[in-house]
Amino acid sequence: MSSAADILASSELLAKYEPVIGLEVHVQLATRTKIFCACPTRFGDPPNTNVCPVCLGLPGALPVLNRRAVEMAVQAALALNCRINRVSRLARKNYFYPDLPKGYQISQYELPLAEHGHLEIEAGGAGRRIGITRVHIEDDAGKSVHEGFRDSDRYSYVDLNRCGTPLIEIVSEPDMRSSEEAYAYLTELKQTLQFVGVSTCDMEKGHLRCDANVSVRLKGAGEFGTKAEVKNLNSFRFLREALDYEIARQVAVLEGGGAVEQETRLYDPSTGQTAGMRTKEHAHDYRYFPEPDLLPLEISEKWLETIQASMPELPAAKRKRFIEEYGLRDYDARVLTATRPLAEYYEKAAAAAGNPVEAAKWVQGELLGRLNAEGKEITESPVPPEHIGELIRLIAEGQITGKLAKEIFPKMFATGEAPSKIVEREGLKVMGGGELEGIIDEVLEKNPTQVAQYKGGKKTVIGYFMGQVMRATKGQADPKQVNQLLRKKLG
Amino acid sequence: MDVAALTIDRIREDLAARRYSAAELATAALEFAQAENPKTNAYLHFCPERAMAAARRVDERLARGEDPGPLGGVPVAVKDVILTKDVRTTCASRLLEKYVPPYDATAVARLEEAGAVILGKTNCDEFAMGSSNENSAFGPVRNPVDPERVPGGSSGGSAAAVAQGTAVAALGSDTGGSIRQPASFCGVVGVTPTYGRVSRYGLTAFASSLDHVGPLARNVRDSARLLQVIAGRDPMDSTSAFAPVPDYLAGLDEDIRGLKIGLPKEYFQDLATETGDLVAAAVETLKGLGCEIREVSLPTTEYAVPCYYVICTAEASSNLARYDGVRYTIRAEDAESLIDMYRKTRGRGFGAECKRRIMLGTYVLSAGYYDAYYLKAQRVRTLISRDFQAAFEQVDALVAPVSPFPAFKLGEKIDDPLEMYLSDIYTITGDLAGIPCMSVPCGRTADGLPVGLQILTNHFQEPLMFRIAAAYERAAA
Ligand SMILES: [Zn+2]
Repeated sequence: MSSAADILASSELLAKYEPVIGLEVHVQLATRTKIFCACPTRFGDPPNTNVCPVCLGLPGALPVLNRRAVEMAVQAALALNCRINRVSRLARKNYFYPDLPKGYQISQYELPLAEHGHLEIEAGGAGRRIGITRVHIEDDAGKSVHEGFRDSDRYSYVDLNRCGTPLIEIVSEPDMRSSEEAYAYLTELKQTLQFVGVSTCDMEKGHLRCDANVSVRLKGAGEFGTKAEVKNLNSFRFLREALDYEIARQVAVLEGGGAVEQETRLYDPSTGQTAGMRTKEHAHDYRYFPEPDLLPLEISEKWLETIQASMPELPAAKRKRFIEEYGLRDYDARVLTATRPLAEYYEKAAAAAGNPVEAAKWVQGELLGRLNAEGKEITESPVPPEHIGELIRLIAEGQITGKLAKEIFPKMFATGEAPSKIVEREGLKVMGGGELEGIIDEVLEKNPTQVAQYKGGKKTVIGYFMGQVMRATKGQADPKQVNQLLRKKLG
Repeated sequence: MDVAALTIDRIREDLAARRYSAAELATAALEFAQAENPKTNAYLHFCPERAMAAARRVDERLARGEDPGPLGGVPVAVKDVILTKDVRTTCASRLLEKYVPPYDATAVARLEEAGAVILGKTNCDEFAMGSSNENSAFGPVRNPVDPERVPGGSSGGSAAAVAQGTAVAALGSDTGGSIRQPASFCGVVGVTPTYGRVSRYGLTAFASSLDHVGPLARNVRDSARLLQVIAGRDPMDSTSAFAPVPDYLAGLDEDIRGLKIGLPKEYFQDLATETGDLVAAAVETLKGLGCEIREVSLPTTEYAVPCYYVICTAEASSNLARYDGVRYTIRAEDAESLIDMYRKTRGRGFGAECKRRIMLGTYVLSAGYYDAYYLKAQRVRTLISRDFQAAFEQVDALVAPVSPFPAFKLGEKIDDPLEMYLSDIYTITGDLAGIPCMSVPCGRTADGLPVGLQILTNHFQEPLMFRIAAAYERAAA
């Protein structure tokens, strides 16, 4: 819990109440072009360069809906277990703002693209199903720049590059009961959308934006309390801090005999607090009405089937399959399905190794540890999955020992070389045949006392011989083989 | 050459016979139009450079022995709500006084591809809102037939230019009668095609679900030639129709014997006037041509005016939001804050009629009123469409008056917006139903004022509509 929240209400007081949280999440779809024109959605270009009459809102310009954006939105909605409305409607949301050149946003209102979905989350060791009310498509506004210009004291500047970027808004049911659950929901949502490949969900670039509806009620109370909308939750940390603060604030208000006001509050990361926006002045009547420039959006049976067929396996299904098919533990399956590239990497390594459990150990233990240490993604791994498979096979075939493999791996990571190459170059082959037998004979000859002990029935002395032989071979012998040979020679 | 008497067919013939070049015609047409314009104020501005460049392209085609295009060399005017690249497009509004668009409307591009020579941009009611052309920020248009009278609106400048002979044909826009009513007031032909038949891309939006681009010309054939060129699917307009464009000229010379023509009784109830007599005479002519005349009923007609003014103002309030002083409009520079800048810019920039419609439209879309007004109006609109569908099961086409009265005097109705709105009664129903309809001159009153006959057919039945209009035109001549 954040300190800002601590001051407001003690944990005893908080324990009397139950928070009720719903999230509204805006996600930028990863289309190449904008939702109603052919301008690129590229980020970081000079201001007002990726624009045309349509996204500039020039007189006479008309929107044409980007088919790819609809497909991605449908993919997202399917991943969130929504029912796709076969006919939905775009609608105008009217308000004045300088970075909104048409004077309205094209969104969806009465008939959204998809409804009645859900997402399974895990928080505090328990699974929960969070309802998703609706998923709808809309266009993004531009950006107002209030600082950094010589005359910024008198003027604001507007960059319309982002204007017309496709977004989906995902509205959850008020099903979350703690900031942890909200955190888990947003995490699962992000992972799912990234898996489907419809968005990078990069919060720093604003590709994932989150607002929360928060209320509290006495535990056991049937009705919801008055909710406040908290905006500007643009990182996972902010989400949790802002929710904890807002929950504590509302509890403090109620405990102080006051009433929670229905209002929009802005989270300020520098103070860790939420503050009310002047609601009266900002009260909007958006005057929604169906967008007459666009026909109703119809998703035909055939189109929907095509989109369904293009859906990748989702994280939850993948986890289940990893457990059932590969015999992984739940925890390992969860780690290895965290992102789509990691899951794909793992599956390639497992196939190459012919041993999924071993592959999971190597990917999770050796590889991920090293990647994390260097701040690298799985896609940047210097070790291809085939090399991990090869390493596991070398062990299985008795060509190298597990111990040796652990020494080889850092070299694979450093050079990107195949393990067999490293083994060959450095002469790291497992010692066997006459050479090994010679060393064993030598060890037995040098230790007549222990040989006598063994023959006298003290079988545990074999451990002593093992150690001597392994030291003499500098670890290049297969312990199993050494053990067998010793027993044979000692009769 | 007598520029004012030219038709498209005549120009084709003359150019083919090398009686004059397209450049000579353009020069003469520009000179004539510029000289005559002060009488009517039909044009807001001319674009001689663009016109001469277009004419030279036609001459080059002719010199290479190619076809000059279906509108090769034809001098046309374009209503100033339709965008022309690099040529000022003001929508007759102070707000866009200096606005130069960076692109052409699809209809404009298609006209020029077909060889048309755009002389200039015509006056209209501000943002096409009005029925008299008195709502222009740049002065009213005078009717060439009687300069004391209005030319109708909102495409008053386009109708006046064609009537005056300063353009052979023109583009107008029609949302509630803005092509047909001025055509009838000025004694020319005006066509509102099926909704979606002509792309709206580059037409400054007034009421998107009702806006049409259409031609005005001195005869039916020329209007059909223009529509032929501008009609057809446009990927830039999602509401433009995929249906192939038929040959609009093919049936023009056919007779109309045996066609069933319906007279909507609701349109003739209060028509014991000269207009009523002229329309009745036109019906007799159609009967004489072998048409079977039947009375039909469009019972929801009485709700059309309120229905129309709810929908069109709602859409207008949203469509006009973009003229906010931030980008391409004029801007109040003396503002203290953003809100102040919006208020001053829009307060000074919009004329009274635009403000009235923005306020009405904002009201009917407001929370708590939406269902009672906007939603109900949409339901009424559906009923009006059904009325037409039921009528077209009984008859092939409908004929009706265009306006309850001929051109009125400047200033006569400007202070009574309600009476002005009610005068759209016969034209708005066609727009609400999205069906093709047109006005053909059907004689003059004792004062010499033109009256138009309205012909309406079912969706995409423009060929039938043109065929009836052409047959009537021949018989009436
Ligand atoms: Zn664009």
